Amino acid sequence: MASLNYIITGTRKGLGKELAEYYLAKGHNVAGCSRGKTSITHDNYLHFELDVADESAVVKMVRQVKKQFGRVDILLNNAGIAAMNHLLTTPYGNVKNVFSTNFFGTFLLTREVSKVMMKNKKGSIVNYTTVAVPLDLAGEAVYAASKAAVESFTRISAKELGEFGIRVNAVGPTPVYTDLVRNIPKNKLDELLEQQIIHRFGETGDVRNVIDFFNKEASNFITGQIIYLGGVMK
Amino acid sequence: MKIKINKIILDVLNEIGESQGNDNLVGVTDDTRLFGENLDSMGIVFLVTDLEAAISDEFDVDITLADERAMSQKTSPFRSVKTLTKYVNLLVSEDMKG
Repeated sequence: MASLNYIITGTRKGLGKELAEYYLAKGHNVAGCSRGKTSITHDNYLHFELDVADESAVVKMVRQVKKQFGRVDILLNNAGIAAMNHLLTTPYGNVKNVFSTNFFGTFLLTREVSKVMMKNKKGSIVNYTTVAVPLDLAGEAVYAASKAAVESFTRISAKELGEFGIRVNAVGPTPVYTDLVRNIPKNKLDELLEQQIIHRFGETGDVRNVIDFFNKEASNFITGQIIYLGGVMK
Repeated sequence: MKIKINKIILDVLNEIGESQGNDNLVGVTDDTRLFGENLDSMGIVFLVTDLEAAISDEFDVDITLADERAMSQKTSPFRSVKTLTKYVNLLVSEDMKG
């Protein structure tokens, strides 16, 4: 298989790091970013230390990736902040942070990377939502709202970018044991698992399976779709 | 620099005209009206993406043409080649100053 050029946001830890290392091991090129220094060392890995909601930093990153890789095949808008809090006790600054990373970051990367992808009339973008959206989970009003925005954005950007050969889909994981759910109380996580058809935590491989399905060549007839894990339905 | 920017804009518009089969943009001049007359919203999309890339290649600066300032101006920078040249020149100069 020819090597592909990936941009993956949020690669310092968790799912993003595992995905980046997985694709690098497969012989692909990966450009990643995080607010901190890289934790990945590989000849085919390019790291950018930035906030995905910083417009000029994102613009510079994507232009730099274009210069080094020549083209971008796949964008994984992986960077995300989870937040669990009753809305009555949620600080406004927290809401802004969640929306900045989860939605504004997804928007900025999609806009800039699409400009590169459209030149090749081909590209696949995978956004991240959560089962908290279809399940309307109490305690996740802000997090779910930011991801509901991502879902809308996924469907509409699939329409707007379709004519440029760019497909946009989203994966909706159940909780995976990463930093993202570290601070969520165990009883809350158990309640959530009860609402899934398949009552178990997700694993990185479950998420990667959906991502690879969206990105593979044979899926070139699939865009604007959202797949939830664990048997969760809208 | 302004002359160079003007030339880049004219070249980009010519290319868009040719690739889109838009005769009004082939042989475009400083006074050619753009948005609303000879350039539709999809034309603007191509103009923004191609022009940003061309400016980046030429001057090694990364500008974003569709910014709040461009959208909120009384006279859209996309009105004509002349207004666009002026606006791009401003963005590039600001970026170079840091």
